[in-house]
Amino acid sequence: MSQVFNVNKAVFARRKRTNKIGLALSMCAMLLGMIFLIWILAILFIKGFSAINLNMFTASTPAPGSEGGGLANAIVGSLMLIASCTLISTPVGVLAGIYLSEYGDRSRVAGVTRFVTDIMLSAPSIVIGLFVYALVVAQVKHFSGWAGTVALALIAIPVVVRTTENMIRLVPGSLREAAYALGTPKWKVAFKITLRAAQSGIMTGILLSLARVSGETAPLLFTALSNQFFSTNMNAPMANLPVVIFQFAMSPYDNWVDLAWGGALLITIAVLGLNILARLVFREKVQG
Amino acid sequence: MESSYSLGLPSAKALKIARNQRIQDFLFHRVTQFFSLTVLLALLGIIISLFINAWPALSEFGIGFFFSDEWDIIGGKFGGLIAIYGTLVSSLIALVIAVPLSFGIAVFLTEICHSRLKRPLGTAIELLAAVPSIIYGMFGLFIFAPFFGDYVEPFLQATLGQIPLVGILFSGPANGIGMLCAGLILAMMILPFIASVMRDVFEIVPPVLKESAYGIGCTTWEVVHKIVLPYTKTGVIGGIMLGLGRALGETMAVTFVIGNARRISPSLFAPGSSIASVLANQFGEAEEGLHFSSLFALGLALFFITFVVLALAKWMLIRMEKAQGLKS
Repeated sequence: MSQVFNVNKAVFARRKRTNKIGLALSMCAMLLGMIFLIWILAILFIKGFSAINLNMFTASTPAPGSEGGGLANAIVGSLMLIASCTLISTPVGVLAGIYLSEYGDRSRVAGVTRFVTDIMLSAPSIVIGLFVYALVVAQVKHFSGWAGTVALALIAIPVVVRTTENMIRLVPGSLREAAYALGTPKWKVAFKITLRAAQSGIMTGILLSLARVSGETAPLLFTALSNQFFSTNMNAPMANLPVVIFQFAMSPYDNWVDLAWGGALLITIAVLGLNILARLVFREKVQG
Repeated sequence: MESSYSLGLPSAKALKIARNQRIQDFLFHRVTQFFSLTVLLALLGIIISLFINAWPALSEFGIGFFFSDEWDIIGGKFGGLIAIYGTLVSSLIALVIAVPLSFGIAVFLTEICHSRLKRPLGTAIELLAAVPSIIYGMFGLFIFAPFFGDYVEPFLQATLGQIPLVGILFSGPANGIGMLCAGLILAMMILPFIASVMRDVFEIVPPVLKESAYGIGCTTWEVVHKIVLPYTKTGVIGGIMLGLGRALGETMAVTFVIGNARRISPSLFAPGSSIASVLANQFGEAEEGLHFSSLFALGLALFFITFVVLALAKWMLIRMEKAQGLKS
């Protein structure tokens, strides 16, 4: 008997040890993840803040070798690209999401669409840049803000479609049925009942898509390109923060690299701010 | 319903409203359907346009394009092997590092973490996923690569580098920039994606299963290893594939730190290039013709590889959801 007891004790000790090691390693993994996040943010804030000054928002990107300069043209360009991208991707994405949730259960095409949308969510953005280059830039023979808008919209649409569909599915069926019982046609139910009930969830999706496209660089390289000068012409090459950061960070000029850090901080604050805002909007709805 | 309609004749006005509503509903159906097809059309457009533009290169070099390591812009000889190799190797390094780490994070968030800390820590990991890739690139180039080259690479060389056969992977000058550094930055990027998928699938394990295991005296680690993991196997693999898909197509972060060298080297310290980095660096300057077309062929290869990986990932996650639906 005592021998059995001894063996059990050894096994018990080993199991406890394995447990402790496993859990300790998990904690280390979590810690490492947090360290990375804090490391990146700390560097960004330290390097970025020293580069940010009023000049950055008023002056355009400097010419090679010249002192000073700012990012005004890139900031305005980025805002214009993102705004026009949202104007396209929101209606397209929301309507497509409505279709998938209201009609999607019975049709095979909708199933395929859902699958493809999920894949497009993670499709390499540089390939989307190539596609838009072939579709728009190669046809009109010059880079333009519109081409950049199309590329960004192609990235944003899947995000909006999927969140809209998921959020509409959360609306209780009884709400819809009550409206149908009053003789409401389907389109009115969709726009006035379900869409309204899912409003804040859809808002979350739009904010997330905004956050996603604000930092996208690769698809803009071959579409909007960049512009050294201040320009609000969507039909011409357009300066934008990500591409300017890419060009400046790789450059040999110190003031360019500083500007790149400043721009990087701006983008990160915008992206993380949008993400947190999206979460707050959604949480309000879930709790309210 | 039927009878009341046929008995009391509906007025002309009611009939008109009903007809209008039917037309409106039909329009609503078709219009929303049209917009949902845009995504499908975009996919088709991408495949067709890549193929058309890649065709000159593919017909010139044939299937050998994907197995040739030549990339001579002046001589007009192109092959995609170096870039394809770089893409695959950097993504594999990323997976090898990111998978155990994200598993640990998912276990921590679902099993160990205090419930009050769950939300803020989960959000923090998701924020790591939201940081734009160009930020990772800059961080990698200016901060991580010098640190890596000064401290980590010499250490690896002194330890793992001394082992025969394996040692060659860690040979060569340690200057930070290179395949291993690109893999590490990629690992940091895909870690939150994999971790959040794993956390989500771990959370669907029925509490009854875990409680029964705890009831017969299992430790937390045994519950994770013997109950949670087997139950969520498909979902976990799906999450890993999703991360792989991300890593393969990642452009900016890799372009900054991979070194953009046109050669294949056995050492992981050596610089290389990936499909995405070649595209980002050369497409702007490429002239119409074979060079241009070869870049499209590389894009086609990249799209094909990621599409297959992502489709498999999605298929596995859907299977997981369906199995979940059957059981509950």
